[in-house]
Amino acid sequence: MKIENNISSGMSCPTPISDYKQILLSHGAGGYMSHQLISELFVKVFNNPSLDLQHDGALLDIQGIKLAFTTDSYVINPIFFPGGDIGSLSVYGTVNDLAMCGGNPLFISAGFIIEEGFSIEEFWKISNSMKQAADNAGVQIVTGDTKVVEKGKGDKIFINTAGIALVPQNVNISPKNCKPGDVIIINGNIAEHGIAILSEREGFEFESEIISDCCPLNGLVNDVLSVSNNIHTMRDPTRGGVASILNEIAMSSNLGIVIEENAIPIKDNVKSACEILGFDALYVANEGKVIIFVSPEDAEKVLQVMKNHPYGRDSSIIGKVVEAHPGLVRMKTSIGSMRIVDMLSGEQLPRIC
Amino acid sequence: MKYIDEYRNQELIKVVSDKIHDITTRKISIMEICGGQTHTILKYNLEEFLPDKITLIHGPGCPVCVTPVDFIDKAIELAMRKDVLLTSYGDMLRVPGSTKDLLSARANGADIRMVYSPLDSVIIAKDNPEKKVIFFAVGFETTAPANARAVLEAEKFNLNNYFMICSHMLVPPAIETLLSNAQIKLHGILAAGHVCTVMGLNEYEILSEKYHIPIVATGFEPLDIMNATYMTVKQIEEKRCEVENQYSRTVTVEGNTKAKEIINKVFINEDREWRGIGIMKNSGLRLRDEYKKYDALMNFDFKINEKIDKGICIAGEILQGLKKPDICSSFGNNCKPEHPLGAPMVSSEGACAAYYRYRRIDN
Repeated sequence: MKIENNISSGMSCPTPISDYKQILLSHGAGGYMSHQLISELFVKVFNNPSLDLQHDGALLDIQGIKLAFTTDSYVINPIFFPGGDIGSLSVYGTVNDLAMCGGNPLFISAGFIIEEGFSIEEFWKISNSMKQAADNAGVQIVTGDTKVVEKGKGDKIFINTAGIALVPQNVNISPKNCKPGDVIIINGNIAEHGIAILSEREGFEFESEIISDCCPLNGLVNDVLSVSNNIHTMRDPTRGGVASILNEIAMSSNLGIVIEENAIPIKDNVKSACEILGFDALYVANEGKVIIFVSPEDAEKVLQVMKNHPYGRDSSIIGKVVEAHPGLVRMKTSIGSMRIVDMLSGEQLPRIC
Repeated sequence: MKYIDEYRNQELIKVVSDKIHDITTRKISIMEICGGQTHTILKYNLEEFLPDKITLIHGPGCPVCVTPVDFIDKAIELAMRKDVLLTSYGDMLRVPGSTKDLLSARANGADIRMVYSPLDSVIIAKDNPEKKVIFFAVGFETTAPANARAVLEAEKFNLNNYFMICSHMLVPPAIETLLSNAQIKLHGILAAGHVCTVMGLNEYEILSEKYHIPIVATGFEPLDIMNATYMTVKQIEEKRCEVENQYSRTVTVEGNTKAKEIINKVFINEDREWRGIGIMKNSGLRLRDEYKKYDALMNFDFKINEKIDKGICIAGEILQGLKKPDICSSFGNNCKPEHPLGAPMVSSEGACAAYYRYRRIDN
């Protein structure tokens, strides 16, 4: 029997992924190596216009109806942390990715990979937390799947969620849409989720407990979209933090970004935790933050609406889009000098001394 | 935030910058020893606030950059053994050995765990009696006291499965090597404040007197470095060669006596190879004979490694301040953080990484 060579054009000439022969943790850290994996492998192999946009979700047109569709997997350790748990995180994460496309999230799915021996009581807690989160975000969990793997073949519980949202016809949000002059606004203090997780996992105790910012952003995004037709780009700075997201947007729009260090909101306890560990807060994960790119004439209006929302009280204008230095993010430091804000290659590692 | 914001304050930096401009009359080269200081200089672009006459030269004080390749290769070889659990600081995991780094070894099945304190590795050893737990101890005088304490803890718990690869380096012998090298022309030195916090200033008095050079114990915030630069320039302009203490909020002349005692109890000086620079007399610490049961290099058998070709990486010259990272032909081309040719491109204290992260275009 003759076997047809069924390799599509995308596979015939595999692009080398950096110089690593294996997947490293850094490939999943949201930095340059993750970005390279996506743009050099997935985008080339799967090759379609929706994926090409490299948005938080795919924007689809089905018989004149605009939909956003996304998926995310949650493999967090610890599974319970100050401010949330893997259940609420898995709902809010997908809701937020849909919101970043300008959509109203409606339905999500939940896939569980559970390690043999996992406590039913904890699973019960997680499921209830998902239900509570879905109610808070106004979505329904309508389908799911459960797999159990042998002890040692997983780490307690992994959750995958996917979701769909309706996108209003007049909304057109994309990483490529930002324009020179756009004002960049964030809805509050950065780096809380990443530091809360790390503190819980490693048993660090700081003067006051650091709580994850994990929350649904679709309500806040709706308020913003209701007052401005000039929102060009929205992203939630999760893994890789604010710096990685801004770099991705600078690269995909081929424009420059300038931010101001003193304008970036951060709580003192998070800042001191970052100092102790040698972390740059700009690269630490958030789970309840959105970065909004808006035309300058609408910036004040949008900022006010954000400040009036419970998840946006500490909103702040952090920078703007410029024509200069395309693809690069630069920052005016607290002492007034300018420097590059780079995309990290992998995860941040704590320093030695 | 107290103790941070005031040291990153635009107005205060401007005041010191003006003072430096006022007193500088000649060309001056100053070396900051510590890689943490190099990163502050690049991260805050401090050269923007200095007169053109002043050149900052980056020193060898990046602990993972100078860790010998041979030690990294041995750490990887040990980590690949089924009966071994290797622990290390996060920053060490990405540094290339002669063929791979510890992160790749981990992807190949090695049990490698990142710790935040050497005492964590002792607890891991206690909790995993079936494993030989090895701590990859790197760093200068700063991390030595905590690592010494880890050995004493292992002794207290009577652990027979705890070992250490001891790659501790000492700063003053390296400074002496640089000062006695006629190729390197320095007018002043910013010493590493945290090393001085532990060791005090006496060793630097000897160096300052012998080589007629101002040495200022310096902190790590932008204002620390600006103030220390001012103190150094002032000495040079007034033709003084003294040891001064900018980092007086933690550094004392005698240092931390208890920390020095514990270092002396557990470790002893030995000649040590610094990656890219070569062997320097009495520039490393090893475990004393009383503690040799914890010395991984003495208690395991290793394959004999062939001599490693250093290739085209100029890390040695970078670490000695002979060249700046951005003049290297590989910089940003075939040498990037995700594809480093040498350690200074990966470490969070490496000069090449600082240039790559903060200064790829003229600011």
